[in-house]
Amino acid sequence: MSAHKFKKKTSASQEIPTSALPDIIFMLLFFFMVTTVMRENTLKVEQRIPPATQLKKIERKSLVTYMYVGKPLDHLKAKFGSEPLIQVNDVFIGTEEIVQFVEEERGKLDEVERDQMIISLKVDKETKMGIIGDIKQQLREANARLLNYSSRLPLAD
Amino acid sequence: MPRSNRSREAGVNSSSMADIAFLLLIFFLVTTTIASDKGIPMVLPPKSDQQDEIKLKDKNIFKVLINSKDQLLVEGEPMDLDDIRANCKVFLDNRGKNPSSSESPQKAVVSIKADRGTTYEVYLEVLDEVTAAYNELRAEYLGITLEQYLQLDMKVPKQKAAYTAARREFPLQISEAEPTNIGG
Repeated sequence: MSAHKFKKKTSASQEIPTSALPDIIFMLLFFFMVTTVMRENTLKVEQRIPPATQLKKIERKSLVTYMYVGKPLDHLKAKFGSEPLIQVNDVFIGTEEIVQFVEEERGKLDEVERDQMIISLKVDKETKMGIIGDIKQQLREANARLLNYSSRLPLAD
Repeated sequence: MPRSNRSREAGVNSSSMADIAFLLLIFFLVTTTIASDKGIPMVLPPKSDQQDEIKLKDKNIFKVLINSKDQLLVEGEPMDLDDIRANCKVFLDNRGKNPSSSESPQKAVVSIKADRGTTYEVYLEVLDEVTAAYNELRAEYLGITLEQYLQLDMKVPKQKAAYTAARREFPLQISEAEPTNIGG
């Protein structure tokens, strides 16, 4: 008797309705499309950023200008040598061009925000402090004094 | 003949829609780097010609020297990287107890001087340790843990007020001298 009842129940449709699946996937898709930031510039220098623990988040990304410092990548070594270089946007610049570059970047910001410009330094761990000191001197000259040593939390070991 | 054709169902087969969406989804999943921009903030001093010489008492300065072989000299003595935080905390929170150390946290200054040959990795670690000393003292002052302190949200007025109070008690005063070129 009971077995008979059970059988009757199983005869009900067991399929999961999948008609809403595309909608769900599309929602996820839109989320990732909106959050994705395509990498703007190709790195030409080595970037093994040393970790740090006392990190602060930059609240306003629009104020940030990046400078990448490190040795040129292997395939560029023949052309640019193996000494650490400064890369901004897609080009290498010398320390004497920093002031001009900072002024250009500052011009892209709104007038009220120009003094809040942040320079984020992404420096390879093997870079010597000499070039960093030169960069800092130039940034002082350009009056871009808000600096950020970009870093990340150390990986748990 | 065409008529009979039209009478059939004219819907687009949408069963592969999910697959197409999945492909796109996976593409964006792979290319996404959740933008996380973190770092150690630093404010540079103004241009050198605008700067007035500020006289500081020698005892109010915590001197950290790093040579080109990445060795540390703290207050005239060689030291391991791991000991900086504790020593720096003692110095900052001295409040005149030890007459040869700082008078008050407001007057205390940490001076970090690197050589041109110092590697950035070591420099950043020293900077991180000194910042950690400040942050630990601030966290203790507020009665919270270091983790809680680092999680303080500036958008919440109450938390911002706490942060400002702690910052007033322990102002971050790190002086970075220009790198020397003595090798050593």
